[in-house]
Amino acid sequence: MSELEAVIGLEIHTQLKTRTKMFCGCELSFGEPPNTRTCPVCLGLPGALPVANARAIHFALMIGLALGCEVAPRSIFHRKNYFYPDLPKGYQISQYDEPICSGGELAGVRLHRVHLEEDAAKLIHVGESGRIHGSQRSVVDFNRGGTPLVEIVTEPELRSPGHAREWLTLLRATLRSLGVSDVNMEEGSLRADANVSLRPVGTSVLGTKTELKNMNSFRFIERGIAAEIERQRQIIESGGAVEQETLHFDPSSGRLSSLRSKEEAEDYRYFPEPDLIPIATTDEMVSAARADIGELPLDRAKRFEADLGLNADGARNLAFRGELGDYFERVLGSTGAEHAVAVANWIGQLVARIGDADPADTNVTPQAFGALVMLVGSRAVSGAAAREVLDVLVAEGGDPQAIIDARGLGSLSRKDGDLATIVARAIAADPSASERVRAGNDKAIGALVGAVMRETRGRADGAEVTRLIHEQLAT
Amino acid sequence: MMDLVELTAAQAAAAIGRGDLAARELFDFYRDRAAADELNAFTWVAQESPEAGDGPLGGVPLAVKDLFCTAGVPSQSGSRILEGYRPPYTATVVERLARAGAPLLAKTNQDEFAMGSSTENSGFGPTLNPWDRTRVPGGSSGGSAAAVAAGLAPWAIGTDTGGSIRQPAALCGIVGLKPTYGAVSRYGMIAFASSLDQAGPLTRDVSDAALLLMQMVGARDPRDATSLDYPGSVSLPARTDLHGIRLGVPTELSSDGIEPGVLGAFAASLELARQLGASVETCQLPHAAHALAAYYVLAPAEASSNLARFDGVRYGLRAQDATDLLDMYTRTRHDGFGAEVKRRIMLGTYALSSGYYEAYYGRAQRVRTLIARDFAATFEHFDFVVTPTAPGVAFELGAKTADPYAMYLNDICTVPASLAGIPAISIPNGMAAPPGGGKSLPVGLQLIGPAFSEDRLLSAAFALEQALGFDGRAARR
Amino acid sequence: MIDRDTVLHVARLARLELSEEEVARLTIELGAVLEHIETISRLDLEGVPPTSHVIDVTGALRADEPEPCLPRERALESAPEVLDDGFAVPSPQA
Repeated sequence: MSELEAVIGLEIHTQLKTRTKMFCGCELSFGEPPNTRTCPVCLGLPGALPVANARAIHFALMIGLALGCEVAPRSIFHRKNYFYPDLPKGYQISQYDEPICSGGELAGVRLHRVHLEEDAAKLIHVGESGRIHGSQRSVVDFNRGGTPLVEIVTEPELRSPGHAREWLTLLRATLRSLGVSDVNMEEGSLRADANVSLRPVGTSVLGTKTELKNMNSFRFIERGIAAEIERQRQIIESGGAVEQETLHFDPSSGRLSSLRSKEEAEDYRYFPEPDLIPIATTDEMVSAARADIGELPLDRAKRFEADLGLNADGARNLAFRGELGDYFERVLGSTGAEHAVAVANWIGQLVARIGDADPADTNVTPQAFGALVMLVGSRAVSGAAAREVLDVLVAEGGDPQAIIDARGLGSLSRKDGDLATIVARAIAADPSASERVRAGNDKAIGALVGAVMRETRGRADGAEVTRLIHEQLAT
Repeated sequence: MMDLVELTAAQAAAAIGRGDLAARELFDFYRDRAAADELNAFTWVAQESPEAGDGPLGGVPLAVKDLFCTAGVPSQSGSRILEGYRPPYTATVVERLARAGAPLLAKTNQDEFAMGSSTENSGFGPTLNPWDRTRVPGGSSGGSAAAVAAGLAPWAIGTDTGGSIRQPAALCGIVGLKPTYGAVSRYGMIAFASSLDQAGPLTRDVSDAALLLMQMVGARDPRDATSLDYPGSVSLPARTDLHGIRLGVPTELSSDGIEPGVLGAFAASLELARQLGASVETCQLPHAAHALAAYYVLAPAEASSNLARFDGVRYGLRAQDATDLLDMYTRTRHDGFGAEVKRRIMLGTYALSSGYYEAYYGRAQRVRTLIARDFAATFEHFDFVVTPTAPGVAFELGAKTADPYAMYLNDICTVPASLAGIPAISIPNGMAAPPGGGKSLPVGLQLIGPAFSEDRLLSAAFALEQALGFDGRAARR
Repeated sequence: MIDRDTVLHVARLARLELSEEEVARLTIELGAVLEHIETISRLDLEGVPPTSHVIDVTGALRADEPEPCLPRERALESAPEVLDDGFAVPSPQA
């Protein structure tokens, strides 16, 4: 059997950060009590009519333009008909064969389309109700219902789970840089589904694809896709046929379970939404959307590389997590651009301590962070001691110099007679290593430096210690 | 002493304006008449008189079709699935008219979700024709038409999707006008077919229709994306001749399948129009013959989607003791919807379903384009198209309920203008005997004009009305 | 024209329970109506664009400005079943 390769396509839903819902004037909800952000329109009351939110259209155009899509001069809304308790009208207003944007490309992955639609409400399973014996109940909260969504669909061009994850990271950064969405996967403002199929390497036929639904972190998406590729590979290699179905990935068990199969596939009976008129995208609307697009992550990474001398990975690490890029640039504001590489390296240290948090939300101010990097640069503090200072900054905040002074973490240098004394003690304590260094074996110096570092709890400057060892052994 | 029931709405408003009549007295007079209704024209009648407001409509109370949402007042669209439903908001047009001085008198009976041409499809029993109580008043706005004809309300509003204002107006001997699509806000109208539904007046005469329409159109409703700023204005008609008016008579809509009595009245009116100075010539609407078929794809398709919200979750009926969600949905909708509504939901769902969309919905939309083009071409040579409003006079209760398509044929003359989205008015055109013989019944004449030609349309209708001199008093006794 | 299975399939799509008698009657009635409707299948519609909206209006959009919401009691007042300040339904998972 020939080798198989994965063909992966992504479908991303992002909630737009408008003030009000897609088709009514209700404010978007952020954890308000249930059913307090509703009106006749988003409750689907008889007689109520939708009117499209101009800013949602503006945001969709920004997304389309940022992704290099072609903007349709005229696009229309369709009704997607199906019954579910979280869908108050019995149809979702979405776009079908005339979406607002189509085509486009991001980092080598082509896009199929970008369209606008409305979000469903929230359905909460409450279990057995006391009032109705023996019956499982769910409760609908319509606060979220009608939130504007943009759906972004890629062509099936992602090559691996890792590629999917990396690409999604860039897409998220791109959306974030546009300021059109909170792009928070845990809170559901960014959701991704993946289509997965396998085919023999070198062929262009598409195999039967399955859909992985609603994975709520990049890590789960990567793992889910990997698990699905493996599942399909086993089916094909054992001579079976993959069935078209929708799957759910359970990250705790790593298992995939079927949500619904082809037999039950819905017939959505799409037809043009008669309550809404076509969106005519004028040149003014396009210009206004273009004007609101700032620097995009890919461009930012290029700038970090070209203008600031960062390596490609370092530049992307900062640019593709926009909040890191923002923080980085604020720090450079205090240190000057000549320290860009050092600042970038130290942001790596910061990320190791704060994880996915936005550094702007932590105790470490860009000024304090910049000051710390400068202190390292001037050898006023050693690398190891600076990491200790950073721990304190993350935990408590404050000023690096004050922390160094208070905790005695300043570098020990030649000026401090102490360092020479400590070096002398280390030489005396390890005559064998000293002898080998004297004999020209440079590797042996490690043992002596290590001893000095232990003694000084890392405050000594490594180069300075090496110089002192050579100096003392030469006399 | 004034005979209040013989005042038109405009005359009543004028009497109130002069101080000869108190708005409250008029309201109470009609409230009492409506409460004593024997035609089943109403689904709800106001208990208290509203505070007298001062608006151009003078406080003359208004009967409103059940399907307009009215805050705190039952709004059921003639359906058991919405029995007793009291919405938390009021339809834009009802609010506008109340502000203009036409307070809510009553809600009127209708075919369920406006699907029907006889008001026999109401979940709350049929309405009777005041000219002959063994006959239907037409539909779907049959309650509004019967109420106005019988003098149970000074005037009323209804909705017209394929003829639901014009046809009952014709069968009840009153005036009914379907405005240009988009002229009147649909916000708060419980939808039947969104791309066709339009609210309009049902009144005793053309002047009342103009007076009411003036307040229904105007600035676009920001809550209805399909509404527009009304270009031009509507004025009270005064013209009594038709000099220079070119009337087109489409052969397609004035021959086959139309009762001889109706054709006779139609021919007489065309002659009258000539005497008033109009030119009358035949015109062609080559695709009109397909209008009914296209309509009975498009309207049910939209309806099948519009009625999906009646699912027993947020309001209205819910079937008891459902075993699961699917059971709750299917039984709620089985119990709540009547036979005709189910038929149309089935028809519309089928027409939109996978594999059939292009054959039905797609083709029907293209036929719609052809019909609009037919009218556009005709209006290059004619001011108005004239047809009988309905193919027959009021038929007997139950006569057509067994054959859906026979019922659908009632709309044959009214549906083309609906598909084209253009305005049309029906005025009383004398009386004619039913095919089997018997007491004569009202006949309607339909004038169709280009988009936003309501003012001219009313003016021409007024001239004809004056010359025809219809006497509707018999229905008000 | 339209058979019993199609009627049942469409009824399921429309979430309509139908009695045996209704299925039988609808099969006949829908067949008859469809026969009339199918006259449009004989028309030459080549090159004719579909009409979704009869009016020529575009750009009727809403500014992104909040309007008052319904108080929760009003939103829930017509609900057949209320639980935990929400609209209760039989669980779809059940």
